Amino acid sequence: MLKIENLHVRVAGKDILKGLTLEVQAGQVHAIMGPNGAGKSTLGNVLAGREGYEVVEGSATYEGRDLLALEPEQRAAAGLFLAFQYPVEIPGVNNTYFLRAAFNAQRKARGEPELDSMQFLRRVREKLQVLHLKDDLLNRGVNEGFSGGEKKRNEIFQLAVLEPKLAILDETDSGLDIDALRNVAEGVNALRSPERAFLVITHYQRLLDYIRPDVVHVLADGRIVESGGPELALELEEHGYAWIKDRIAPETTTR
Amino acid sequence: MSALLDSLADGFEGDAARRNALASALADGLPTKRAERWKYTSLRTLEQRTFAASATLLSPVDAAFIADMPAPRLTFVNGRFDASLSEIAALPDGIALQPLAQALAEGDTRETAFLGRRFDQADETFARLNAALALDGAVLRVAEGVQVNAPLHLVFIGTPADADIAWHARSLIELRIGACLTVVEHHLATGDHTHLGNALMHVHLAAGAQLRHARVQHEAVRATLIARTDAVLARDATYRRIDVELGAGLSRHELNVRLEGERARLQAHGVLLADGSRHIDTRLCIEHIARDTTCDLLWRGLASGRGRVVFHGGITIRAGADGSDARLSNKNLLLSAGAEIDAQPVLEIHADEVKAAHGATVGRLDETALFYLRSRGLPLADARALLVAAFCREPLRVLDDAALAAMLEAHVDAALARAEVA
Repeated sequence: MLKIENLHVRVAGKDILKGLTLEVQAGQVHAIMGPNGAGKSTLGNVLAGREGYEVVEGSATYEGRDLLALEPEQRAAAGLFLAFQYPVEIPGVNNTYFLRAAFNAQRKARGEPELDSMQFLRRVREKLQVLHLKDDLLNRGVNEGFSGGEKKRNEIFQLAVLEPKLAILDETDSGLDIDALRNVAEGVNALRSPERAFLVITHYQRLLDYIRPDVVHVLADGRIVESGGPELALELEEHGYAWIKDRIAPETTTR
Repeated sequence: MSALLDSLADGFEGDAARRNALASALADGLPTKRAERWKYTSLRTLEQRTFAASATLLSPVDAAFIADMPAPRLTFVNGRFDASLSEIAALPDGIALQPLAQALAEGDTRETAFLGRRFDQADETFARLNAALALDGAVLRVAEGVQVNAPLHLVFIGTPADADIAWHARSLIELRIGACLTVVEHHLATGDHTHLGNALMHVHLAAGAQLRHARVQHEAVRATLIARTDAVLARDATYRRIDVELGAGLSRHELNVRLEGERARLQAHGVLLADGSRHIDTRLCIEHIARDTTCDLLWRGLASGRGRVVFHGGITIRAGADGSDARLSNKNLLLSAGAEIDAQPVLEIHADEVKAAHGATVGRLDETALFYLRSRGLPLADARALLVAAFCREPLRVLDDAALAAMLEAHVDAALARAEVA
């Protein structure tokens, strides 16, 4: 589904990703772990198409298409979703209105019929139930005055409504208490399916107690330095990130 | 001498007081950019133009135009009262509403005493011209304790005519003690015209009176509109208003509010849109005179194309007005390289123990918000439109009335669609 090869990305003149290679199959959950500054959020942002991320080398192919050539909205219509680390507050834009506009824009781009407001509302209510979210979320401004936990839940709610094929969760667990974390994880688990893949970016192992990954990668200094099964996350939990310094040593000395 | 003033004075008929007002306007001429209050708005082009007086014979306006403005409603077309578009027969008890021309014809000096006001400043040319030349307008009085929920509509319609017309309207809204009213003031056009409107409105709120006032300026894009609102609030009076400036080629509005009584409260919000080569100038002058008075000013400006927004938010807290609370939030969006926004918050405090907060910003659309919307599938143009519309919507909530807010939103959306920024 997603194939990233030797990706080099520069942000504000600084090399952040330095040859990242990663392959994700449909139905899989991959966790990307790593210390602060390793390039985790850069990976999410560059895949979603944020401006200011300069790809200097390498490629990212999504369902056989050159992902990096697409506009952010084209990536969304193609089934890619980024749950933001810091969801944006947009006062004055009604949450439901925004979500329906986004949903229908995606369908239009794919040549599918748009849903009217009644059909859409029915869909939205189903998803609210699954995620144990309150109705009033629908009528508020997008993330306006939301607590940190509410913002993250709203991201997962959007994910549930938009039903992407590849969902990237950028530190969705940061700043969440244990109940919110469990809610968010339940939401994600409910959406797991053989057609859908997840890329779960996180600093802590904690989230992976609830969302069991198929593959765990360690991202350090702009590259994947280690990949393994769920047990790798536990190892990181136990030993911290200090040990991976050895893995990146050969290149860091040439900097 | 200016061609404009000559054409306005041509054929003048009036009493000594009006003659004096005209003479002072002609003597001082139009304010130039050297006048501090006109620094950002040039009248040089206007000064060269000539206008005919508003004729009593009018091209008829289709009644469908005012279909969504229920009675009571007073309508003026090119500055003249239009009975066929007005409906004031069944006014609620305690409300007196009539066109100024009628009050003048009846010779009731109690009804027209407000016309005697003098304007002493050399740059008050349009107020002086209004004092000299205003033939019509709305005179609205609400008796003590009368509270009416349904909005009352004052409609000023510009309609194309054979010549460019200048009209001068003088209006009064007076609420006696404890009265409560909602007024919607419309400035609209049936088609493209290049008239000059000069509207001066007095608002008098007695103790405990409450006025909600929406003013929608959606005139023809080449029209010129000079408006001024002077309000005086007695103790415990509340004045909530929204100004939506969406039309006219040149629109200048001065909002002068005197908080004369203790605990008088003003909430004045507004949206200013300058697209194309339109010039929108709004000047607030709020004076806290009595103790414990409050003002809450929330204004949003948008300029695109070669449009220009000028906003002056002046708040003065006079000596003795202790315990006053003044807030001004002015945010502006600059949507193109050729557009210009001049925002000027000015706070003068001469009292102790006051709370005052003011901020003015000029910026572009938030890139992070744009990316967020696009990452959910909205095309760039849609994402921009959504953010621009949301930006304009914030001030519209002030009147706390869903139907009015929807009406204002519809106007704003139509103007944004025209401006091609949404």
